[in-house]
Amino acid sequence: MNYQFEITVSSSVSTDTPWTVTQVARMAKRYIEAGLGMIWIRGEIAEIKIYQSGHWYFTLKDAECQIRGMMWKSDAQRFGAPPAVGAQVFVFAKPTIYEERGDFRLHATEMLVTDRQGLEHLELQKVKAALEKDGLFDASRKRALPQWPTCIAVITSLDGAALRDIITVARKRWRSLEIRVIGAKVQGAEAESEMVRALKMVNRVEGVSLCIVARGGGGKEDLAVFNSEKVCRALAQVKVPTISAVGHETDVSFTDFVADCRAPTPSAAIEMAVPDSAELIDRVNHLAVRLANAVGQGTRVAVERLERSGDRLHTAITTLLERRHRQVDRLGAQLDALSPLKVLERGFALPRAEDGRVLRRAAEFTPALSFRLRVVDGEVPARVEEN
Amino acid sequence: MGEEDRGEETPTLAEDLRRLEEIVRRLESNDGDLDQALALFEEGIARLRSARARLSGAEVRVRKVVADARGSLRMDDLDGEQ
Repeated sequence: MNYQFEITVSSSVSTDTPWTVTQVARMAKRYIEAGLGMIWIRGEIAEIKIYQSGHWYFTLKDAECQIRGMMWKSDAQRFGAPPAVGAQVFVFAKPTIYEERGDFRLHATEMLVTDRQGLEHLELQKVKAALEKDGLFDASRKRALPQWPTCIAVITSLDGAALRDIITVARKRWRSLEIRVIGAKVQGAEAESEMVRALKMVNRVEGVSLCIVARGGGGKEDLAVFNSEKVCRALAQVKVPTISAVGHETDVSFTDFVADCRAPTPSAAIEMAVPDSAELIDRVNHLAVRLANAVGQGTRVAVERLERSGDRLHTAITTLLERRHRQVDRLGAQLDALSPLKVLERGFALPRAEDGRVLRRAAEFTPALSFRLRVVDGEVPARVEEN
Repeated sequence: MGEEDRGEETPTLAEDLRRLEEIVRRLESNDGDLDQALALFEEGIARLRSARARLSGAEVRVRKVVADARGSLRMDDLDGEQ
């Protein structure tokens, strides 16, 4: 039956063309559903019942009005325990008419119990979910900070305490540092756009190796820009490692999760960013002592080594000389054994002519030849007989 | 992450300290001859002087980054800072 726009308002003012109850209920339902759609509604739970079927039936109210509503079991079971009576809630629902009873009611699919900042909390959950979904909180994104940066960017309010704290701590710790300050409002209506602009600017500043985003402490609302999706996405695009230092230690913002490091305060951020010169000077002094000791030790070892070398040389020469001595003795003995005197000792004699020539052949002993016989202890004159 | 990957840090101070550690280690291990030990010692002294000068001489400089109407960046002194 298609009666939606065939029945005009004028037609209902006559008893000739009355509407049926069903027509009115269905028309009202269509108008309401088409006109309102799915909406978030904030209110207080005035009454709530869980039926055997598992469906929730509740009444939502504020200071002046109340509306009944229901949620199917399939949706309700996602939320665990139902909210208590009196709880402030956000309900995502389709306002409609339950035709059989002609009741105006909410057909809810989501219900969030809210605190005082319910709307903001809801918004934060959405931003968080979006950033998480895109991996901006992933640990794998985290980069290591440079060990000894020479130039860092600081994004903060130009007249805030955060900047003063950072400069003061930097002067105490690490004087070989250039700080590039990029001013940005950190609260108020313009904060988000200024922060995004500043974060984009960092990528164009030459020589910067680290970026600190800083803000002194404040109320939760004052820190809202550091939970902004746009600011978080711009922070994730910064090409150098980043530190988020927002508020006091108890405050946590989404920028803390997106940045490579989170510092509890701006002072802590600069302490994290730069080394302590005093510690490095200690390290250098310690190295100086070790160097002096080491070279002393090295020299001593070299001298000992030289001495050891001298000892070995002496030993080597002595050994060589002894060996030579033994060789000479041995050769002497050999020479001695070969001496003709040794032969004479055994009873041989050596005939020599007057001129000293050794007479070896019988033919050399001519008749009447005078010669000398060399025996072991002297010479004996001799003569060949004349026959 | 190695020191080579750390990008923009003071390369000379990092190099001075790294080399100093190496020199001290080598001298402490007693390998090498006397001439080499003395040469290492002299280099170590030079590195020490250089590192000390770098650690004690500088002063923090604070500059404000400002974008002009065309979007070009320039550095200004920060109010109240040198």
